[in-house]
Amino acid sequence: MTLHEGALTGRRVERLLTINGWLVFAFLYLPILVVIVFSFSGAPNVGTWGGFSLRWYERMLGNDPLLHALQNTLWVALFSTIVATVFGTAAALALDRYRKWVSGGTFDAILYMPVIIPDVTMAVMLLLWFTQIGLPLGRGTIILAHIAFNISFVAIVVRARLANMDPAMEEAAADLYASRWATFRRVTLPLIMPGVLGGGLLALTLSLDDVVITSFVQGPGSTTLPVHVFGLIRKSVTPEINAVSTLMVTASMILVFASLAIQRRE
Amino acid sequence: MRRLLMLLAAMALVVAACGDDDASGGPQALADACTLGETDGDLNLYNWTEYIPTGSLATDAEVTDMLAAFEEEFGVSVVLTEYDSNETMLAQIEAGVGYDVVVPSDYMVSIMKGADLLIKFNPDTVPNLSNIAAEFTALPYDPGNQYSAPYQWGTTGIGYKYGSIDDENGVSWGVIFDPEQADPNTGFISLLDDERETMGAALIYLGYSINTLDEAQVDEAADLISATRARLAAFSSVGYADLLTSGEFVVSQGWNGDFLFAYDTASTDDYDAYEDFGYAIPVEGAAAWVDTIAIPSTVEHPCSAQTFINFMLDAFIGGELTNYNYYASPNAAAEEFIYPEILEDPSIYPPPDVLERLEFFEDLGDFGTYYADAYSAAKG
Amino acid sequence: MTMLDEGPDSPSEAANPELERRAQRRESWRGFFHAVPAYAYLVAFFVLPLIIVFVFSFASRGRTGRPILENWNVDGWTRLTDPLVSTIVGRSLFVAVLNTVLCLIIGYAFAYWIATRPKQSTRTLLLILVLIPFWSNFLVRTYAWRILLDSDGYITQIGEFTGLWGRMLFTLPAVFLGLLYGYLPFMVLPLYAAIERIDWSLVEAGRDLYASGTRAFLKITLPLSRPGIIAGSILVFIPSLGAYVTPDILGGAKTTLLGNFIVIQFGAARNWPFGSALSGAILIVMVLATILYFRSGARTV
Repeated sequence: MTLHEGALTGRRVERLLTINGWLVFAFLYLPILVVIVFSFSGAPNVGTWGGFSLRWYERMLGNDPLLHALQNTLWVALFSTIVATVFGTAAALALDRYRKWVSGGTFDAILYMPVIIPDVTMAVMLLLWFTQIGLPLGRGTIILAHIAFNISFVAIVVRARLANMDPAMEEAAADLYASRWATFRRVTLPLIMPGVLGGGLLALTLSLDDVVITSFVQGPGSTTLPVHVFGLIRKSVTPEINAVSTLMVTASMILVFASLAIQRRE
Repeated sequence: MRRLLMLLAAMALVVAACGDDDASGGPQALADACTLGETDGDLNLYNWTEYIPTGSLATDAEVTDMLAAFEEEFGVSVVLTEYDSNETMLAQIEAGVGYDVVVPSDYMVSIMKGADLLIKFNPDTVPNLSNIAAEFTALPYDPGNQYSAPYQWGTTGIGYKYGSIDDENGVSWGVIFDPEQADPNTGFISLLDDERETMGAALIYLGYSINTLDEAQVDEAADLISATRARLAAFSSVGYADLLTSGEFVVSQGWNGDFLFAYDTASTDDYDAYEDFGYAIPVEGAAAWVDTIAIPSTVEHPCSAQTFINFMLDAFIGGELTNYNYYASPNAAAEEFIYPEILEDPSIYPPPDVLERLEFFEDLGDFGTYYADAYSAAKG
Repeated sequence: MTMLDEGPDSPSEAANPELERRAQRRESWRGFFHAVPAYAYLVAFFVLPLIIVFVFSFASRGRTGRPILENWNVDGWTRLTDPLVSTIVGRSLFVAVLNTVLCLIIGYAFAYWIATRPKQSTRTLLLILVLIPFWSNFLVRTYAWRILLDSDGYITQIGEFTGLWGRMLFTLPAVFLGLLYGYLPFMVLPLYAAIERIDWSLVEAGRDLYASGTRAFLKITLPLSRPGIIAGSILVFIPSLGAYVTPDILGGAKTTLLGNFIVIQFGAARNWPFGSALSGAILIVMVLATILYFRSGARTV
């Protein structure tokens, strides 16, 4: 798996790929730049520059419903991502390896259903289901709902990684190590890690952005940030939301770079 | 397969059974037993996003932090949950989620009332109901305000850039629907994206009621919207007022509070957006709406709920609410606390002759589906 | 459970056909246990609630929208033949297909580039950097696009300066720009997971064999990344079939898409039976497609 830049593609292709890569990054960050810039604008509407000001950050820090929503969002995203990543990865492994139990497409179909079903339909059915089985609505039911759709997304991404993977390596490892757990941890997991990481990141993203399902299965006091913003936008988009978004993006950047720095030192 | 069918049948039974759950008079009896100012636990408030000033929202607008004030006066906490559509709120209440106070719009009050999802106030605990202006005590969705107290009200009219249309003798819906008047602004007109509001504007222009139950009239309105589509920049119910001030639109159908809020935010120390933009209730008439405050049948703290509603109907609090939202207050006693520039603004407080041209939305029962379908078809 | 705790098979055991069979059975059990948490979860919080949707699709419309479980009928299902439904489905299909193709073309080159960075840490970093913008907030990002695309926006100004395009906001290109933006990560992640795994010695051998880089790519790399292409296409195609918020905000909501049509049924139209039938139909068609796909022997994803 060692690979040197440009070894497999011609130099010209490599250059084109690099240009495309940076262009895509520019495309991805262009609106974020707008969000960040206007979070520091003194003007009360997004889109006009009103001079540098921190007033939106100040207002954000005193906006209790918004802070509470942010807190809910982070809890929900954290829990649902972890559980969905574990379950989804296990399901993907099972579907790929142990076809005897799970062949025929039916199990695949079940896995795809939460991706296929329209948001609002899933929202309505989960609301009725949760109240039917007597679960009190709140942060817990939001987490349950997010796990339900995220398992599928994780499993699909991990399966893209697993497909056609050579089992020889694992078999060799199974002979080498004493336990299955060690085999999994030292061989299988590193092999599928890019898929697990990708699936987990996708789950996190979906959880951080869900409005429809959350607004139906929320309970007293568990409004999340996307639901808050969705309601807010009916009135007007204030730069306060840009301030929150800027903080989330910056915080994730810091976390990512810090963890990379720690890894490197180890 | 048979097992699946059996399971289906079992499910159907379970779901069916749940419909009868709340038939008992439990919450109503509890509410009737409450006394003035009594509280029975923390309040679960289910409200539209940022529809009540609290925290820095209140500080910024220089009005009372109402949740804090209530907490301080009565010693119970308020847990706020937010929604963005009447239908989402309805679904949650119908599923039995335990909110104590909700803020449904007019037509939603009649739906909820009809489905036994609201309980009546105990008048002894809400004496401030007497503050409500007479015009708002006999509206068709809840005559006598037994189940709901009006919270804020407003109109759906036309926001526009001065000079883009002829407004000398008042503004007509023709600036959107009549080709002769509207064509010069092609590509810069917006309508709301809402089957009742959008169809309502077309119905008014055609001279019909916004609550008509005549299929031919609804079809005619749908055809009119279909014919207008090519002239529009967008159907937009959110952010349209900002797009008006930023020049993407010159004529927009929308809610009065939204326009004023946008004109306000577009103004700076050396620019007054009110000089460039206006709001008009068209000469043919317009739709009006009322948001109310009510107690759902899922209430868990009926005494706190009624105490809270009485608190919100207080003259001073009612005035502050309007100073924060820029929507008119149905609270007559509140007027002395409302900023004069709001009271004197005809787009918030229309003069009596304009008031007569307003029509409130009513729930259409099963016929509502006909509107929704006609509207979807009109958009293609 | 005890079977799981047994030690690994030794080579001598594997030689014995009886033990071989037992080992295989044990593997199957293990697979079953791997799948249990996810499937138990999906049954409890997806499949069972889904029954509600199918029951509702045959019920009659209630005043509040929530169906009344009597006067069972198939009106919701027969309405699916309404020409309006086929117009809306056709339009949504067009949006979803075009968006998937756009995401695939741009996403493939991008994922390939990331996956071929020599250092593991660079690859991981780049992958995370793709996602970070999406941890802001969907509506905030979409409104930022609105600012970029409106009459005074930079993108419109560039277009007017070069004479290539005019006002972008509320046009079809704006819709696809927004959709491409929103769904690109859904394409890039599975593609990356699949491409990064490719055994490059095969590709190198291919280059020797075919001499041309393009042919080696088409004959080796592309087929090897097929699982990623399929997973990515599914993850983009299906959600964009139901997308409506981006088209509404950037395109002006001048037409009805499948996504809003269903939302309207559960919302303002308060016609849950029809909304349920619509959702049920989508689910059935897509699930059948999935099963047929897997039955056809294409077992990759």
